[in-house]
Amino acid sequence: MTFSPELEKRFAEMAAKYPEGRQKACLIPMLMYAQDEVGHMTEELKEEVAKRLNISVLEVNEVVGYYTMMRKKRMGKTHLQICTNISCLLWDGDQLWERACQKLGIGHNEVTADGKISLEEVECIGACSWAPAIQVNYDFQHHVTPEQLDKLIDDLRNA
Amino acid sequence: MADPVTFTVNGKSLQAPAGTLVIDACKRAGIEIPAFCYYEGLALQAACRMCLVEVEKAPKLLASCTLPVAEGMVVQTESPVVVQARKAMLEFLLTNHPLDCPVCDKGGECELQDMSFRYGAGESRFTEMKQHVDEKQWSPVVYFDAPRCILCYRCVRICDEGLGVKALGVTNRGVYSEITPNKGDHLDCDECGACIDICPVGALTSGIYRYQTRPWEMEHIGAICSHCGDGCKTTLGVKNDEILRGNNRDRSGINGEFLCIKGRYAFDFVSHAERLQSPMIRVDGKLEEVSWSKALAFVAQRFGEIKAAGGRFGVIGGERSTNEENYYLQKFARVGLGTPHIDHRRSGDVPALLDALHGRQGALATVDDLYNAKGVLIIGADLAQQHPLLAFQTRADSRHHQAKVFTVTEGPVREDKVAAKKLRAGPAGQLAVVKTLGEDLKAAGELVVLFGDSIQGAAVGELVSFIDSLGVPAKYICLVDYSNSRGTCDMGLLPHLGPGYQAAAQTGMGQAEMLADPALDALWVVGANPLAGAALASQQAFVVVQDMFLTETAQRADVVLPSASAYEKTGTVTNTCGQVQRLRKAISVMGVKADLDIFGLLARGMRLDLGRAVPDQVFEEIRASVHGYNVPLPVIATGGAAMTDPVHGRIPVAGQAQVIQSARDTLFTSGSLTRYSKTLNLVLEAPGELYKP
Ligand code: SF4
Ligand code: SF4
Ligand code: SF4
Ligand code: FES
Ligand code: FES
Repeated sequence: MTFSPELEKRFAEMAAKYPEGRQKACLIPMLMYAQDEVGHMTEELKEEVAKRLNISVLEVNEVVGYYTMMRKKRMGKTHLQICTNISCLLWDGDQLWERACQKLGIGHNEVTADGKISLEEVECIGACSWAPAIQVNYDFQHHVTPEQLDKLIDDLRNA
Repeated sequence: MADPVTFTVNGKSLQAPAGTLVIDACKRAGIEIPAFCYYEGLALQAACRMCLVEVEKAPKLLASCTLPVAEGMVVQTESPVVVQARKAMLEFLLTNHPLDCPVCDKGGECELQDMSFRYGAGESRFTEMKQHVDEKQWSPVVYFDAPRCILCYRCVRICDEGLGVKALGVTNRGVYSEITPNKGDHLDCDECGACIDICPVGALTSGIYRYQTRPWEMEHIGAICSHCGDGCKTTLGVKNDEILRGNNRDRSGINGEFLCIKGRYAFDFVSHAERLQSPMIRVDGKLEEVSWSKALAFVAQRFGEIKAAGGRFGVIGGERSTNEENYYLQKFARVGLGTPHIDHRRSGDVPALLDALHGRQGALATVDDLYNAKGVLIIGADLAQQHPLLAFQTRADSRHHQAKVFTVTEGPVREDKVAAKKLRAGPAGQLAVVKTLGEDLKAAGELVVLFGDSIQGAAVGELVSFIDSLGVPAKYICLVDYSNSRGTCDMGLLPHLGPGYQAAAQTGMGQAEMLADPALDALWVVGANPLAGAALASQQAFVVVQDMFLTETAQRADVVLPSASAYEKTGTVTNTCGQVQRLRKAISVMGVKADLDIFGLLARGMRLDLGRAVPDQVFEEIRASVHGYNVPLPVIATGGAAMTDPVHGRIPVAGQAQVIQSARDTLFTSGSLTRYSKTLNLVLEAPGELYKP
C-alpha cells in the first residue's frame, strides 16, 4: 500500500522530530493522518505504519484498539458525533441523538446506505460550556438546536 | 553509596538505601505488601492497586510499588483504610471474573484466591451480567482464558523484557481489555511458557498440563533440565510416576524463574511410545527382547572374552550422563577393560580454555557472573537459540545494569538488540574481528567472554592473551551443547586426558578414529548416537548400546540396554559454566536401569573391582580426585549449584587431530532427543523466524 506523497512527507518530517529510537512516539498522529487519507484502520494501513516506525502490528493494534477515534470499519463521508455525556445530557443532547438516529435510520457506529453519513454517540468531547455539542468530522457545533441538526442532516444528504 | 533513608512502617523504624521502593523495603523487613502487577526485575506498571498503603501527610493512598522511600516517611500497610481499599480493589477485579476456581488449573496456587481469602471480598455489589469471552488456544502450549485475567501485564512484560520476544500486548479498553498474541489469533514466539508461569491467576494455561490434576495432588521435585548445557532447575510436578509439568515458580536455582520450552515441556520424551523398556540381544540378525540378567551376563561374558583375547575396545560416553556415570565409565574402560580408546562427542574446547587459564582462580564465569558483568562478549554463538538461559541473563544484565554487549557472530542474533556493537564474521574470521574491538572492550571495564566452537585449539590461548592485554578483569564461559557436556569432559572421557584433565597414561583413539577403525573388536556406547550420520567401519565389532531409544546407533547394536533418563536417577551434572548441581529422582520407569547401575552389574559380572557403583560414593571419589570438584556437599544437597574452580597446571595438549563441533541446536531441538519429544514437534515455529528483519 502506498500513501500520498504529501502524507509520506509529513510522516518523514514528524519522525525526524524525535530522537533516534523514539520514533514510536509519533504513532498516534501518524495513524490519525493515515486514517484521514484511507478512511479507517485497515490491516494494510496498520502494517504500513508499523513498518515505518519499526514496531510490530500488535503494538499498533494496542493503540488502535484503545481509541474509539481510530475507526475499526469504514464510516460515512461525514462522521457525525453527538455527545450525550452529563453536560450535554442536561441540555437535551440525548434527544438530539434520538432525533439523528430516527432521521437517518441508523444507530451507533452505523453508516447510511449511500455512505454519506455515519453516526456515533460519544462521551464528553470537551465542549461542555457550549452544550449541547456535536462534532462534524473535525468541526465542532455548539448550542445545537433540533432545527439546526435537521438542517445539517438535510444539507449533508443533498451534498 | 548514599546514606540510607530512615522511615517508619507500622510503627517500626526501618532503613533502606535511597531509591528503594517501599514495597521492596518492607519485604526485606519481613512486612508483606500484596501485589499483582509488581514483579521484581520487570518494569513498573502500577496497574492493579493492590499494593496501596497509607502514607502520613499524603492526601490519598499511594501505590507502594512505585513509591521510593523518603526520609521520615511514615507508612501504614495494614490500617483499616488500606484493608478496606484492598477489599474494594478485589471487588473490582472480581467484577467479570468467572470464579470458576473449582475447575481452574491455578486453584490452590492462585494469588487472586489467596488475596480474596485474606481480604475477604466475599460479596459483590455488582449485579450486572459478567462480560464473557471464550477461551482461546494460541499455540500447542499456550491457552488464554480472558475472563480470568486481572490485567496485571506481567505476561506482557516478561515476554518483552525477559525473553526479548514481545509477542504479547493488550488491546481494547476497560472491561474489554484483552491480552492479545502477536499474530492476531495465535502466537509466533519462543513458546517458553514464561507468561503462563508468571500469570498470578489461571488466565494463561499450559497445553501440556491443563486440566490434568489439582496442584496439591502432585509432588514437586527440583530436577535439572536434561537438554542444553545451561543447567536450569526445573521443578517437576509428579503424580503416580508421571511428570505432569515443569516450572520454576519458586525462582530457586541458577535460572530464577527462567525456563525455555525444553526445560518446561520437553520432559515428555520419558513417556514416548518408543521408549525402550526391555534389554535386547541380536539373534539371527534381529534384536529380541530378553531379561536383564540374560543381557547383562551375555555382555559380561563377551567383554571378558574379548579382553582375554587382547581385543580392541572403543568406548563412547554420553553428554547427558551424570558425572558419576562418566567417571565410572572411564574407570571401567581404562582400568577394567584396559583400553585407552575413550571419547565423547565434543562441542567446545574446554581443555584448551582451562589450559590457557592455568594457575588462575575465579576465571570462569557463573550464570550469575554473567548477569552482573559490565561487559559481555559473545563470540560465535546464537545464545537465544543454543543457550537460552545465558541469553536471558545477558538481556537482564543489559536491562538492569546497562551492560555493554558485543556480538561477533556469523549471522544476526537476538542479542544484537541489546548490543553496543554487532559484528559479522565467519567462524574462521571471528577472532580477528574480536581483536578490532580492543578499545570498546577496555572501556567496558570488566568482561564475561562466551565463545562457541569457532574458537578452539590454539585460538583459545590467543583469545585469552588478547583479553589479558586489555588489562580488564575477565571471566570465561566455554559453550558446550548438552546438560552434562562439560562434566563429561571434566570426568576424562577424552582419549588423551583422564579425570581432571590429567594426562592419560596412554593416548587412545578419538571417536572418529574408533568408528573408522576396521580392527575394532568391541564398541560400547552409553547415551550417545555416534552412528547418526557416520558409519562403523568394523564389521566384526561387538556393539553394546545403552540408550532410552532405538537410535541409529542402537539399531546397529548386538545388545541394547534400556537406560534411565536424567529425571529417573540421582547423580550430579555440570553446566557449561562449570556449576555442579544434583539430579533428584522424580519418577521410576519400568524395565529401565540407570547407566551407573548397569556399569556396577557388568563390573560384578566381569569380577572387576572398580568400587561400588553408588552415586554418592562415586561422587566422593570424584571430589577427592578430580580438580575443582571438591565442592561443598550441603550446597548441592539442598538443591544449589556449586562452582567448580579448577586450579590447574598446564594441560597436555594432544598432538592428535580433534573434532570439536557444536550440534547447533535451536530452541526447538535437542539432538537425538528432539524426535522423541511430542511438544518440540508440536510447535509450529520455524527456529529463527523471529530474527527476520
Ligand atoms: S510462551 Fe514465552 S515467548 Fe511465547 S508469549 Fe509466552 S512468554 Fe512470550
Ligand atoms: S494473562 Fe495473567 S499475567 Fe497476563 S495480564 Fe492477565 S492476569 Fe496478568
Ligand atoms: S535453557 Fe537449557 S537448561 Fe535451561 S530450560 Fe532451556 S534447554 Fe533446559
Ligand atoms: S458533556 Fe458533552 S461536551 Fe462535555
Ligand atoms: S502492585 Fe502496585 S499497583 Fe500493582
